[in-house]
Parts: sequence; C-alpha cells; structure tokens
Amino acid sequence: MNTLSNGGSEHPVDSQAVAPAPRSETRPMIWSVRRELWENRFITIAPLAVTALVLLGSLISVIGLPRRMQALAEDPAKLHGMIVRPLSMAPAPIMLATLMIGMFYALDALYGERRDRSLLFWKSLPVSDLTTVLSKASIPLVVLPSIAFALSVATQLILLLVGTAALLGSGVSAATLWTEFRLFQGLLIMLYGLTVHALWFAPVYAWLMVVSAWARRAPLLWALLPLLAVSAVERIALGSWHFMAMLQYRMTGAMKEAFAFKPGSGGDVDRFTQLDPARFLTTPGLWIGLAFAAACLAAAVRLRRSREPI
Amino acid sequence: MACIEARGLRKAYGATVAVDGLDLRVEAGRILGLIGPNGAGKTTALNAIVGLTAYQGELKVLGRDPWTERAQLMRDVAFIADVAVLPRWIRVFQVIDYLAGVHPRFDRAKAESLLAKTDIQRCSKVRELSKGMVTQLHLALVMAIDAKLLVLDEPTLGLDILYRKQFYDSLLNDYFDRSRTIVATTHQVEEIQDILTDVLFINRGRIVFECSMEEFEARYVEVMVGPEQLAAARALGAIHERQRFGRTILLFDRVERHQLVALGEVRRPSLADLFVAMMGDESKAAKGRPL
Repeated sequence: MNTLSNGGSEHPVDSQAVAPAPRSETRPMIWSVRRELWENRFITIAPLAVTALVLLGSLISVIGLPRRMQALAEDPAKLHGMIVRPLSMAPAPIMLATLMIGMFYALDALYGERRDRSLLFWKSLPVSDLTTVLSKASIPLVVLPSIAFALSVATQLILLLVGTAALLGSGVSAATLWTEFRLFQGLLIMLYGLTVHALWFAPVYAWLMVVSAWARRAPLLWALLPLLAVSAVERIALGSWHFMAMLQYRMTGAMKEAFAFKPGSGGDVDRFTQLDPARFLTTPGLWIGLAFAAACLAAAVRLRRSREPI
Repeated sequence: MACIEARGLRKAYGATVAVDGLDLRVEAGRILGLIGPNGAGKTTALNAIVGLTAYQGELKVLGRDPWTERAQLMRDVAFIADVAVLPRWIRVFQVIDYLAGVHPRFDRAKAESLLAKTDIQRCSKVRELSKGMVTQLHLALVMAIDAKLLVLDEPTLGLDILYRKQFYDSLLNDYFDRSRTIVATTHQVEEIQDILTDVLFINRGRIVFECSMEEFEARYVEVMVGPEQLAAARALGAIHERQRFGRTILLFDRVERHQLVALGEVRRPSLADLFVAMMGDESKAAKGRPL
C-alpha cells in the first residue's frame, strides 16, 4: 500500500460504500443478567443451600408430627400455632437470605469489575453503561425475589406433602392440615410481600451500587461510615436521632406499611385482609425511597462511564 | 471521512498532562503503530479513542464522539487492552455465548473455528488457561468481530516470543484486509515493524515524529563504518551514532545512498534504532535543559 492510494477525503472508503452487514438479533439486557448469574453463582446456590437447611430442619420436626396431632385432637385451637404457623413461616429464612445476598451482591456489583480490570473487556463491547447498571440492579430487585418465591413455593409444597404423608402413615387424618393451611392464599401473600420488600429496599440496593461504583477501596466502609457520620453529627449538633430513626424505618418499614397486623398475633400474616396495598402505595417513604433509588442508579451509570480500573 | 480524527486532544490527570494537544488523522485501511516510552501518553490516547476516558479537544472515531457514544461505537470497534482483562471466572463457551448475545457483528462460527486451531477447551475457565492461551482466546474473539477499527494496547505484553509472533501473523493473515484499520502500541517495536503502514512516535503527550513506512524506508539509512571513515561519514550529517565492535553505526536522514555505500556497509535501520535516536536525544536535551 502506498501513501497516494490513501486520499480518504476524495474516495469513500471501501467499507463505507458497502452496505452494512446484516446484524443478528442481540439482547444485551438478557445476556447481561445471565452474565451476572454466571459470575455470581452464590445468587442461586446460597438460597438453595438455605432452602435445603430449612427443609432438613422441618423434615426432622415432621417425625414428631403425628404424635403432636394426636395431642392436638383434644385442643384444636392450638393446631394453628403448632402446625400451620411453622409451615407458613418456613420460607422466612429463604427470603431473609435473599435480602442479604442482594445487599452483598449490590456492594460488589460495580466494584469487582474495576478491581479485576475486566471492566476494560466489558467496555470494549457494545453494551451501554445504562444497560449494565440496570442488569445489575435487576439482580436484587427482580431475580433474587423470583428465586425466593420459587424456592418458598417448593418448600411449602414439599413440607405439605411430607406432612400429609406422615399423618396418613400414622393413621391420623390430614384434613385439618389442608383446611387450616391455605396454600394458595399463602402464595399470593408471599408474592405481595416479596414485591413490597423489593420496592421498599430499592434505595438500599441502589445506595450500595453507587458506592460500589465510586469507592476505590473498602466499599463496605464507604457504604456504612457516611450513614454513621451523619447520625453522629446530628446527635452532637442537635441532640436528636432522626437520621438513625429514618434508617431504622427503612429497614423495618415495609412490614409496617404494607400489612395490617392483628393485635397480639405476634407478626403473623396469613389472611388476605391483612394486606394493605393502598396504604403502602400512599406511604411517602415508598416514593421518597424510589426517587432516591433512581437518583443513585443514575449516578452509578455516570460513575461507570468515567471510573477506571483500580 | 477519516477513521480517527483528533484535533488538540488533551487529557490531564490533576497536574500531570498525559496527552498534550495531539493532532492525529488515521485513514481507513492503515495499520498505525503508536510508539513511545513508558508514560508517553499512548494508553491515554487509545483510551480516549475507545471511549474509556474523557478528554478535551476534538475527537471523532468513525464519525462518532467516543465518550458520549461508546456503546454504539463499539459495534464497529474492537479493543484489546492487554491480556489480563478477560474475566478470570468466565468459561470459554460462556464468553462466546455472551458475545453472540450482545454483539451484532460477532461471528460465532468464526470464533469457534479459530479456537479449534488452539489447545483451548470450550469448558475451561479463563483462570485455568496460560497467559499465552488467554491471548489466543482474546484474539480469536476479537477477530470474529467484523470491526472497522481494531485498537491494540500492548496486546502481547508478558508473552514469549512464539506467542507474540503467532499473534501478529494471525492478525495479518486471517484478519486484516484493506478495509480495516488497526492502531497498536507495543514495546516490541521490531516485531510489528513489518506489518505497519504508518508509524507515530509519541513522547510526553505529544507527537514527536510521524511518517508512513514507505517514507521511513526511503528517508532513513544506516551505515557501519570503521574509525578511518568516521570523519567523512560524520561530515554528511548523521542524526545519530552508536558504537558496535569498534565500529560506528551512523543513522542518516535524506542522504544520497551512493554517498554512503563508499564509506561502509549500508543497512536498513529498524524503527527501534530511529526511536532510540530520537528519544535518546530528546531525553539528553531534557537533562541539559536548565530547570
């Protein structure tokens, strides 16, 4: 090749004269989410492990079920507390585990790729920072709640079937178990609870993600220290604990705002009538939280564009 | 439209100016080598071109602004930062699936046929591969992308000579056609000299020398002379001289060849020699400069 053939300004370059090659269909969002699941296998493995533990514990307790059912024959009022409540509470550890996994994941989501320099590879591909950040946000907001739901349903079904088998095997009627434990209603309540928590905790996940996009080191400290610092300054300057109360409200408010508890029920939710979506959707805390989450995610998108490998 | 067009490209990190007013025009179909000492601003310039870093000044790559349009630009640009950036946890088939899923110009069949020529197993994780194999993998992935511009930043750093040679051979034989453009930086100047069409020396964020390889070969010539011919050779105005085995090698710019043939053994200089000649003088000049 010689320099004279190089008059690019007069002659359109070959590659531009040719029509663009037909583009195959791409789905960057779906593949980015899948990529997250490949990288962070604990997203699926840890909830499965917790489910296995819950099942193990429950199955051991099922051994004593027929004896307890016989004891309860004299006093059906106790049935609810002894049989139905453990069954409906069985998914609780699974849901709690997915909340914690979500936070752990969010704190590393945009930090890990800078630390191992793989950021340079991901950025060499036609996937926008927005798609990347949204795909990562969807893990705690959509993927983990879905996993929690599927595993909770499976756990309850297994326990219900095993419990029934145990009762039938020892000649006790399983009818009370099925009439007292309303499976379908329980599933819808779980779905509602998971949705409510995902929305309520969205600002927490988004905050962790923006810290993970920003911090050069120790993202956990950067996520927590500012909160403690604000609280301490408020305490010293004004003598009040409003900021701390706000944080506490964020951690526990979802149950309070989205459900109506029966007085003295000890926090049980097993009736449709206890769901209070209208109140939840009109809670200012929900919308303030979602606005904060959106701002954090927007900041994370900008940070991902400008931050370099650590 | 040029493939890359920069005017007054500048990037500073705090008080350190990494790129200091770069003017650059790379036409489509060229293979440009960006050569400079460590910290010269090569990587910063390349990062600006592929949209990894913000900059001041004007920069258009394939007609786009890389900083604001990185994702769209990356449909037509492929980039190898260095061998260590492939995620270590990913499996070979996963990275192929992912690229096929997100890249409209990725040809899965081509990637697989390129990998079939290597010892890389589909199920291996990147962390299980040797450094040379990771480079082979990365190159196979990039060569399967039908890109208009390929940017290579020290792609063979830390590899042994066999892999380095194979890397550039395969790039030239299986990938490059005249419609593609390649911009590469490397310290192993001598290994890419033969594949370049253009060369650009960069130092302290500025371009200190640029020319096409035809021009380079027409302009520069080296002659090795004994002590008795040294004075005559020097009289012709050498731009650099160095000693070897009691003889002196002088480098000339635009000197008639027949004048030199009479003095001693005439040779084609390497880019590395010219680089040393220019950068060596530069650093001497810098040291001599009053502070």
